[in-house]
Amino acid sequence: MKLNTNSNAYTITYAAVVVVIVAFLLAFAYAGLKERSDSNERIDKKQQILAALNIRNVDKVQTEDKYKEVVMTDAIVNAKGDILKQGAQKDQDGFKVDRKSMSSECLPLYVCKVGNETKYVIPMVGKGLWGSIWGFVALNADGQTIYGAYFSHESETAGLGSLIKDEPFQKEFQGKKAYLNGTPALKVVKSGTVKDANTECDGITGATLTSNGVNDMIHEYLKNYQAYLASLNK
Amino acid sequence: MSFLSEKNKQAFVTPLNLNNPILVQVLGICSALAVTTQLEPAIVMGLSVTIITAFSNFIISLIRKTIPTRIRIIIQLVVVAALVTIVSMILKAFAYDVSVQLSVYVGLIITNCILMGRLEAFAMTNGPIASFLDGIGSGLGYAWILVVVGGVRELFGNGSLMGFQIIPQSFYDAGYVNNGMMTMPAMAMILLGCVIWVHRSIVKDVDNN
Repeated sequence: MKLNTNSNAYTITYAAVVVVIVAFLLAFAYAGLKERSDSNERIDKKQQILAALNIRNVDKVQTEDKYKEVVMTDAIVNAKGDILKQGAQKDQDGFKVDRKSMSSECLPLYVCKVGNETKYVIPMVGKGLWGSIWGFVALNADGQTIYGAYFSHESETAGLGSLIKDEPFQKEFQGKKAYLNGTPALKVVKSGTVKDANTECDGITGATLTSNGVNDMIHEYLKNYQAYLASLNK
Repeated sequence: MSFLSEKNKQAFVTPLNLNNPILVQVLGICSALAVTTQLEPAIVMGLSVTIITAFSNFIISLIRKTIPTRIRIIIQLVVVAALVTIVSMILKAFAYDVSVQLSVYVGLIITNCILMGRLEAFAMTNGPIASFLDGIGSGLGYAWILVVVGGVRELFGNGSLMGFQIIPQSFYDAGYVNNGMMTMPAMAMILLGCVIWVHRSIVKDVDNN
């Protein structure tokens, strides 16, 4: 007997079977690979934090050790400047807060020691042209000047907006003033229109919307962390 | 049927030139415009499309006789999407750096017209091995156009290739400037047009194919 592949019953059964098989395959693949990909993600996040501290190209195997050596605590603060969690275990409190759950009531803060100097790394997240963008910005012990920065993105245009992920763009932030007269001052401006080299960084030619996204993101998070960072000098 | 029969060879070779997915079938143009600002993403995208086209062609060809005609497009799409998702999960677990680079393209691969085009036109009516080879051929045919356009755009738009500076500093000192137009998608369209033009003037019998 030859099966009638055009009958309604066959079509519906076929569709159902295919969907179930695919669903199982996906579920198995996800569950089986979850542990490995989670650990990769953890290492990647640690590498990003280290990159903000200008410690780049750390080998995967050495990342965990280097992170433990440099990062002292991963506290959680809020926008009023209160410390909510101390984060003594280095990757159990602030580190576990993912990008989507950051809010003015839950702001991770990494206190780090590079050489003998204390640095503060603040994470940030914002919107680029196509998807989300995020970054880590390291500030000096005074909480006012930028020590280093790292940015990355989900799906910005390759070769244009995606350049925020590269070192040349991130290097521009080093040594800039984050705050002036008590308000966030750091800006990303249209490429070639920097007027005040103390606070302004060149945007990326041809990627105005991504550059604006970085600018807005920095402004928002500098505002969030302002109360805490200002209290460092008292 | 042996692996290297004349028919299989044809399935592999024609998409590279005479039946090129971009030049002749004019498929996959949108992604060709999006990822060709630089050489590296062009190569990565070309290779990923090659792999996915080959395997989805193979799978669809295996089950082609069981697929109900009325829902064949949906089944094809489900297979492609599942394949791409599983591959990206495997990459995430075993080659994290590659998966981060690819993240932008995963969505573009699923919606790439070449995939659906080859599944519909070839895999539904041919055997698994021929389909697999056709997938590889189509993918590589797509890849080499991407590489040509990506190379030209990166060279004249940024003065570099694969991120390495090619045009020496002395040129810039003498007044040479990078062509900003090259980084715009519109220029990719024009370049693609030029490639098709050159191709058609060399290969005269395209329209009879």
